Amino acid sequence: MCCCSRVWPDSGNLSPVIDCDVHNDVPRVEALFPYLPAYWVEHITNTLFKGPTEPPYPPQAPIAARPDSRADEKTPPGSDLALLQQQALDGIDVAILNCLYAVDSLHNPDAAIALSRAVNDWLIAEWLTKDSRLRASIVVPSQLPAEAAREIDRVCDNPGFVQVLLPARSQHPYGSRIFHPMWEAIDRHDLVAGIHFGGSPGNPPTPSGWPSYFLEEYTGMATVFASQVTSIVCEGVFDQFPSVRVALLEAGFTWLPAHMWRFDKEWRNLRRLVPWVKQPPSAYIRQHMRVSIQPLDAPASPKQLVQVVDQLGSEDMLMYASDYPHVHASDPESTLLRHLSAELAHKIRHDNARAFYKL
Amino acid sequence: MVLTAARPKQQPKRTRRALIDCDFHNELDSIKDLYPYLSQRWRDHLDSYGARGPAGAYYPRFMDHREDARPPSGRRSGSEVAHSVKDFLDPYNVAYATLIPLTPAGRQQNLELDAALATAVNDWQVAEWLDREPRLRASLVIPFEDPPAAVAEIERCAHDKRFVQVQFSGRPHEPMGRRKYWPIYEACAKHGLHVMSHAFGSYGNPIIGTGWPSFYLEDHVGPAQAMQANIISMVAEGVFERFPTLKVVSVENGFAWIPSLMWRMDNAWTLLRSEVPHLLHAPSEYIREHVYLTTQPVEEPHKPEFFTQLLEQYGDMVSHILFASDYPHWDSDNPDMALPAFLPESVKQRIYYDNARALHNLP
Repeated sequence: MCCCSRVWPDSGNLSPVIDCDVHNDVPRVEALFPYLPAYWVEHITNTLFKGPTEPPYPPQAPIAARPDSRADEKTPPGSDLALLQQQALDGIDVAILNCLYAVDSLHNPDAAIALSRAVNDWLIAEWLTKDSRLRASIVVPSQLPAEAAREIDRVCDNPGFVQVLLPARSQHPYGSRIFHPMWEAIDRHDLVAGIHFGGSPGNPPTPSGWPSYFLEEYTGMATVFASQVTSIVCEGVFDQFPSVRVALLEAGFTWLPAHMWRFDKEWRNLRRLVPWVKQPPSAYIRQHMRVSIQPLDAPASPKQLVQVVDQLGSEDMLMYASDYPHVHASDPESTLLRHLSAELAHKIRHDNARAFYKL
Repeated sequence: MVLTAARPKQQPKRTRRALIDCDFHNELDSIKDLYPYLSQRWRDHLDSYGARGPAGAYYPRFMDHREDARPPSGRRSGSEVAHSVKDFLDPYNVAYATLIPLTPAGRQQNLELDAALATAVNDWQVAEWLDREPRLRASLVIPFEDPPAAVAEIERCAHDKRFVQVQFSGRPHEPMGRRKYWPIYEACAKHGLHVMSHAFGSYGNPIIGTGWPSFYLEDHVGPAQAMQANIISMVAEGVFERFPTLKVVSVENGFAWIPSLMWRMDNAWTLLRSEVPHLLHAPSEYIREHVYLTTQPVEEPHKPEFFTQLLEQYGDMVSHILFASDYPHWDSDNPDMALPAFLPESVKQRIYYDNARALHNLP
């Protein structure tokens, strides 16, 4: 699997970096025609169906994409390999592509399955085979767990796939037994489940209905991640599938210590309800979960941010991510990494992801 | 006899810190407790159809209430003022306690019944609690999904200054900042009432933004996420620009998540402020000024210094943390053990007493 991990020149402050969250995109649905069955090519041609076009970010919002990441006005950011190589891969040892093609928004199961397959075949043919620094997440119809498992089984032989992409928002929490066929497949193939910001399942992102502003949805996404963490631990996913690893991508991490404190306390009170959960939830989280560091959700004081890193209780948990081409408020290097010990910064830039993804 | 030998004749009476409890539950033993305050029409309705909230959120779980708080009559714990006073207010030197009645009011599908129940609960609170115990204050129960009726109930009761706040469930049908609820906030601002949201309480929507969890343990972790959605909404919608005196009290949702929420929302706002031009300040400034949080359940950081760091993150907002017991529920906090022992005395004094006294203008 390490066909392309190369030794970075050991000069100056150039240390190898693994970028856990780089976004490429399908330029338009016609780009998938070579990978779609004739039925869907004809259907899309005749109906002008645009494909699942519910991006997790409003495409023109200031947070969505750095302005220079569009090859031209008509193509979405991240859809041009050469531009992505130039802007996102310089100095990068390995980058993991998370293609946020919203197949989870499709209620037509056949469409969701066909488009997932097409995206994965497109990822293999047009990305993974063209740059050895790239790895990718398998795009699955996560709303149909058995079909997601089937798709994982179909493509997992390609060593470029290191992860299964799961949108943070879902119709049911991911620990639910409904998803266990999918977890079995993830476990069977020793993949990481990458839960990523976004998702368009059709149900509201808050427990009290639909918010008005993207600002709310964006801010509140951390609570959706927290709920997924609760569910996955409580349902015993890690007890039943001990090799399963979960990456929280584009989740922020400053919310996680407080969540562990509350979750551990409730577990102490109520653990007889979930007797298979044998350790405090924080122990499972530290052992099985990792978090990417963009966005940082950083406080103004670097000292307080470093305290939060310490509160995680493990130096293995954070993984570097650029989140290219999205734009965030703070730069990981200047806001976080330079305030940490060189050893810890190196683990975050490289070692943690390398071990977690078995790169 | 050995044990008594050295004892002084008179034990010096241990002086207890006076407390203000911001989550003290008055309970119905049954819906029939409200019948004296309901019209014949609604009594007949309840006899025939019962109280019907959105169903489908029930888990095999613990007892609702502490059995050891049950009155000798055998009625439900927390359902008799005299017993609650003797069992909790007196022994723990509670100077004031704010009643939070968790009843079918506020969660009825039939909005007319919801309004009738809210009125009945408030009249029951006045007659059987507030009038019988001067240390009590109360939450005004309103049919918040029917704002005109909620405003009418506020107007009916607001003259009684023992009502210090209006009561929302933890997850109303829309995020709490939505315009639908603004008439309620306008009435609150007019009468100097705070807006309180108590965890749990409405079962129309799942407790998380990703569907229904399976276990009561998840249901019991979820309120921290649910309340964040409400705070995010109230800030983003500009509720605090429109009603600058309004205060929001988050009850039984924990409080360790507030700093990271403020950081995250501020960071997002620096990029997305063009979407919310009505916000004249960073989100954290609204939260620091307008949001209050109660203690129980207190998150338990893995190391003592993490709790100290949390309070440093709060900074001046430590004045917004309010002691709450949650008496007589199964997970209620013993006041003697609610906060870490190592906290400075000055901080304890603020959380146990001073903060709530200032918020509620208590004598």
